[in-house]
Amino acid sequence: MNFELTEERQMLQDTLRRFLADKYDVPTRNAILDSDSGMSAEIWAQLAELGIQGALFDEELGGFGGAGFDIAVVFEELGRAGVVEPVSETCLLGGGLIAALGTEAQKGLLESVIDGSTKIALAHSEPRSRYDLSRVETQYEDGKITGHKSMAMGAPNADFVIISARESGGNDDQNGISLFLVPASDLDMRTTPVMGGGVAADIYLDGLSVDDTMRLGSKGVAFPHLETVYAKAITAICAQTLGGMETATKLTIDYLQTRKQFGKPIGTFQALQHRLSDMLIELEQVRSAVIGAAGYLDADTYLRDRYVSAAKNLVGRAARLIAEEAIQMHGGIAMTQEYELAHIAKRVVMADHMFGDTDHHLERFIALSSV
Amino acid sequence: MDLNYTDEESAFQIEVRNFLAEKLPKQMSEKVRLGGDLTKAEMDEWHSILNDKGWLAQNWPKAFGGAEWDAVQRHIYEEEAALANAPRIIPFGLSMLAPVLQKFGSQEQCDHWLPRILSGEDWWCQGYSEPGAGSDLASLKTRAVREGDHYIVNGQKTWTTLGQHANMIFCLVRTDVDVKQQEGISFLLIDMNTPGIEVRPIVLLDGGAEVNEVWFTDVKVPVANLVGEENMGWTYAKYLLTHERTNIAGVGFSNAGLQAVKRIAKSELSAGKPLIENPHFAGRIAQVEIDLMAMSLSNLRIVSQAAKGGAPGLEASMLKVKGSIIRQEINDLARRAVGPYALPFASEAIEGANEAPFGPEYAAPVAAEYFNNRKLSIFGGSNEVQRQIIAKTTLGAMR
Repeated sequence: MNFELTEERQMLQDTLRRFLADKYDVPTRNAILDSDSGMSAEIWAQLAELGIQGALFDEELGGFGGAGFDIAVVFEELGRAGVVEPVSETCLLGGGLIAALGTEAQKGLLESVIDGSTKIALAHSEPRSRYDLSRVETQYEDGKITGHKSMAMGAPNADFVIISARESGGNDDQNGISLFLVPASDLDMRTTPVMGGGVAADIYLDGLSVDDTMRLGSKGVAFPHLETVYAKAITAICAQTLGGMETATKLTIDYLQTRKQFGKPIGTFQALQHRLSDMLIELEQVRSAVIGAAGYLDADTYLRDRYVSAAKNLVGRAARLIAEEAIQMHGGIAMTQEYELAHIAKRVVMADHMFGDTDHHLERFIALSSV
Repeated sequence: MDLNYTDEESAFQIEVRNFLAEKLPKQMSEKVRLGGDLTKAEMDEWHSILNDKGWLAQNWPKAFGGAEWDAVQRHIYEEEAALANAPRIIPFGLSMLAPVLQKFGSQEQCDHWLPRILSGEDWWCQGYSEPGAGSDLASLKTRAVREGDHYIVNGQKTWTTLGQHANMIFCLVRTDVDVKQQEGISFLLIDMNTPGIEVRPIVLLDGGAEVNEVWFTDVKVPVANLVGEENMGWTYAKYLLTHERTNIAGVGFSNAGLQAVKRIAKSELSAGKPLIENPHFAGRIAQVEIDLMAMSLSNLRIVSQAAKGGAPGLEASMLKVKGSIIRQEINDLARRAVGPYALPFASEAIEGANEAPFGPEYAAPVAAEYFNNRKLSIFGGSNEVQRQIIAKTTLGAMR
């Protein structure tokens, strides 16, 4: 066992942290949040120049990373700065599925993902699937897809969208789910900004024609690959939420030290000191949970899923505590949209609504424990 | 980072497992599994088995006859010991006093006292708390006045764990009353058989008598038993606390406790099905298990860092708070799991009298353990004191 970052990852962390501190300040981020696209093309290109997208792919695919701790390092920093650009959607979900299932021709797309010229999204969830990964009602039949995909994160800005559709089996069967890589311009989307940053779309598929060149992988075998990219995306969002909680805690510490009421800094009050301590204790738990998820991401699926679900559950609980306590201890200022904490608090709380919430992953952990 | 064991670590794990399978006496592990209290003879026996293997003083430097294990080795031992239901190692001499002697004691003191800790010749207890000095330890009043080659000690210590077995006590005593509280404290080693010492048991709410009051009336202590310098005791006490804390999270205890809860919940029925399948109960088990998995990694991370010279102060306080909350939650789950058979007040039956337990044997100790372990968030600096340390370290001086 070893708990030190490698020199390469330490450099990646330092570089990304410096870049974001410099280029992704609060006014910049607030402007991005207010923009129509909900992201910055300039930042996206600069991230690619720094090699951030590349750090999420292994060398065979033209990247220089792709392991659990690469994901953890990158997303902790993105989370610390509250970055809303669709890195996970493009690289871990979209890119991850293409890497796992794509033909050589389809994998060619990854080069442009790594250099920042292509963005990808995954449209898998449906209005009635909630967090159940195998529930797919959308049907593929005779070259046409029919159904309704919900809250596809990053889809409005994507060049390609991966759509899941059922070719066989019942609505909840793991077997029978296929994926199709479709140009985003072919899709009928309704887009919405997302609480906590980013944009998403509901996608209406009314007999959308797809040809066999768009098929990603063989017929009906997508499920285990969806599980794998979800494990990565969950690790990423846990690390991102850790970064966000670190910022929320730091802002709270600064505020307790400087805000004066009753003639002294409010940080001198024991009632607040003990609550700050509880935030710090939970933050330490979160850090370990993220390390656990990242460290077992490439282990067998039992160990991987156990640590991934444990992390998502623990992070979800801690995120709520830290966001709520940070807001409470700041008082009124934290209720304003332009103050830095507002965005961070929204982002860490709303992460619980992606890839399965606290309760979902507690149930999954129990199911795994009884195996 | 790498969460996998190296080849050496895996080999060590097998060595520990084999050792425990071979050397841990069956009746001892059975007693531990059922939550019974070990006798002094049993505790001495287990220490002696470990000492023969060179594994008793796990954190001592090799120069003092220790095993000098790193954080991962200690973690492996704790995990295996918990799985095998091995008794705990009694910490007072080994991990509280010894590090202080090794750091601040004289050569003569090390040469004399350390081998006697290993051999079991001395059983140490800790004389810190007093009726008026708990969380505010520096306000302690037990007085030591120098007269020639001796100190004359008067006062009272309390909550002295296993003091009934001890022949030696290390004490914090006041040697100067005219200075700031922290600057008038000394660290004294006192023979429990000296005239003027009286040990009185305190019966706790669980029916057990593991703690005591120790009274000192004109007790003569040789000056040679002063550790380090006079009036520097507070510094040594703080050093002791950081060492005491390498196992402060109690990960091994929690792992063993969680396994016990799962075993019980598989046997107990709820609505005709094993309790462990009850979604509400399963949810509580899962949540504490998730917390424990994370804390176990925190513990490894922090202790690894500390071994490389990182300061464990703030992090140790975090582990203390989280570790005690997790252990107490597990105790609560065990109590709930056994249902009505948690009710019999059975402390004597556990003690080893041959009387059959009332209800299933696993039920007998759980309620008592729940009440006994309320101590975890009180002793060694209450969780409120720990939160104070965390906040003050983080916020610094504010004006």
